[in-house]
Amino acid sequence: MSEISIEPVTRIEGHARITIFLDEKGEVRDAHFHVTQVRGFERIAQGRPVHEMPALMARICGICPVSHLIASAKACDEVLGVAVPPVAVRLRRVMNLAQIVQSHALSFFHLSSPDLLLGFASPPQSRNLAGVLGRAPELARDGIALRRFGQEIIERLGGKRVHPAWVVPGGVSAPLQPEQRDAILAAVPDARARAQRTLDWFKANLADWAEEAARFGNFPSLYMGLVHPNGNAAYSDGDLRIIDAHGERLVDRGDPRRYQDYFGESVEPWSYLKSAYYKPLGYPDGLYRVGPLARLNLVDQLGTEAADQELAEYRGRLGRYPSSSFHYHWARLIEVLHGIDMVEELLADPEILGTDVRARAAVNRTEGVGVSEAPRGTLFHHYRVDSDGIVQWVNLVIATGHNNLAMNKAVAQVARHYVKGPDVEEGALNRVEAVIRTYDPCLSCSTHAVGQMPMLVDLVGPDGSLVRSLRKD
Amino acid sequence: MSEVRTLVIDGHDVAATADQTVLSAARENGIHIPTLCHLQGLSDIGACRLCMVELEGSPRLVASCVTRVEEGMRVTTVSERLNAYRRRVVEMFFLERNHVCAVCVANGSCELQGAARDLGLDHFELAPLHPEVAVDATHERFVLDQNRCILCSRCVRVCAEVEGAHTWDIQGRGADARLVSDLGTPWGSSTTCTSCGKCVQVCPTGALFEKGRSVAEPKARRPYLPYLVDHSRA
Repeated sequence: MSEISIEPVTRIEGHARITIFLDEKGEVRDAHFHVTQVRGFERIAQGRPVHEMPALMARICGICPVSHLIASAKACDEVLGVAVPPVAVRLRRVMNLAQIVQSHALSFFHLSSPDLLLGFASPPQSRNLAGVLGRAPELARDGIALRRFGQEIIERLGGKRVHPAWVVPGGVSAPLQPEQRDAILAAVPDARARAQRTLDWFKANLADWAEEAARFGNFPSLYMGLVHPNGNAAYSDGDLRIIDAHGERLVDRGDPRRYQDYFGESVEPWSYLKSAYYKPLGYPDGLYRVGPLARLNLVDQLGTEAADQELAEYRGRLGRYPSSSFHYHWARLIEVLHGIDMVEELLADPEILGTDVRARAAVNRTEGVGVSEAPRGTLFHHYRVDSDGIVQWVNLVIATGHNNLAMNKAVAQVARHYVKGPDVEEGALNRVEAVIRTYDPCLSCSTHAVGQMPMLVDLVGPDGSLVRSLRKD
Repeated sequence: MSEVRTLVIDGHDVAATADQTVLSAARENGIHIPTLCHLQGLSDIGACRLCMVELEGSPRLVASCVTRVEEGMRVTTVSERLNAYRRRVVEMFFLERNHVCAVCVANGSCELQGAARDLGLDHFELAPLHPEVAVDATHERFVLDQNRCILCSRCVRVCAEVEGAHTWDIQGRGADARLVSDLGTPWGSSTTCTSCGKCVQVCPTGALFEKGRSVAEPKARRPYLPYLVDHSRA
């Protein structure tokens, strides 16, 4: 007879609300994850010169502006019809990896570690990073330091931590200076030690979260992401790969420009966030996941030694294709380690200091698609311009849109297990939120929000009436 | 040789020739008066109203760039009244069009942004107009973004007075005034434009810029433009 509402959903990036629908017996019938914000960047971009796109599109998000910079610049590269100088390709790669490290640190330490360390049902007043700092100061400090490591690389490359305008159509605007490279390399050993320490802590405590691991969005699905032709992880370049729950390759070496052949987007009246689905299976059966869990399932190997050892242990303990969204956390930590090692590998090559970093050209094509792996998953920017280079049409497909169907399914799964009737405990509702956090959704990006991260949960009865509403700020 | 006039600016005794403006006399004596439409070497038109000063004995403010010095004149260039006036002028420049510094090619080197910073303009009190105005990217090398134009007309003057092409003009009045090339034809089909780029060089904002430049990638700023400056006065 009721509906539970969690609003606002906390410790996520953006504004959202969860509605849990109950049947006559008080059992959960269904649940919806609503994104309640809209931004409209696809419209804002219309009429602007295409060379402005990377910096304009980076403003979609303050957490992963770099992913947008790279996807946007790649779309512009196509519009210009230029070959980006190899040094610039690698420099863009370094910046994207730095961004993945800092964003993953934010997701894991600042947003999710309070649940993991203090308990999903611990008092909400202290279930935050300050609470983590009180209980395990080392863990909290590692999180802050890893985020700083990534942010400082972005600043050293692009001149500022948030919204650097350094990634431009045709390459990057300035070459890397030796002293900046040396400063980044000097910070690598400390970052690596912190990433490894966090991984060791997570693995040692994994058994404590067995219940959550079994029920947090644990279902078979497809996975999509970019993979290097040699099977390594690819974040800024690479081809599309889509596999099913057993690793069968449905798409391999797919051309990202043909993304519209692979997936479609559906709109539901109860959310501003579109739901992407794999076209051959249709909506909503074509559910797939992107992001760290998907990437680790997709790649043959990551491509750096320490991370591949961690990947082997991950696959050894969870199986080759782990299906629980809870394991996004572990996958994220392995990617942090991989990101740090890749940054070191890229910067160790003296050619990284090359000064040929920008190809210049006028508009030579009227359409371009750019793709990158954002921390949360695959990101597409698709532009059409007129012959003067004025943007006519934009389509953005964001990681959180790819994951929308999976997030809704995960929310329903967790709610079914933990919510029994309208008199539900706060700790149970926090688990409903926590499963959303595993995906680290970025609602600012995906609806193309301003402000903090509130969440609302509504409990709705079978007659459609609102039985209970829970709001958290 | 013009006759010499003596006047007082901000309490300093100043000498200037009779053909000099108050602005020119002030600058020669190291007294700063903010400007946007003025550019040394071009004619002055008193369009931006930023260089307003107080004259003793006159209830109204005057634009120092188009006011000749007079014997015994007593000029005040800094006062609370002037600051409030200038802040409001700059505020209205921002609100009349769509100035988004964060994604502007001139970010960090824009004279409008600089004026706002110098005057301590940190918020707007009036409502923005948000006009829908066009971007003209038809020229092969340059772009005109009307969103960032403050109608200072430096481009109009440099094109007419220095290049001799007179491609640019201001069409319409008040809030409907727009910079136009060749009486309203797209810049790319202009038959008078010589593509010399002087208009782009003198634009104080990001309204005129080189195609392909990204955000915060300004043109090279020179301390002066050699073809503009009257070296006898520089």
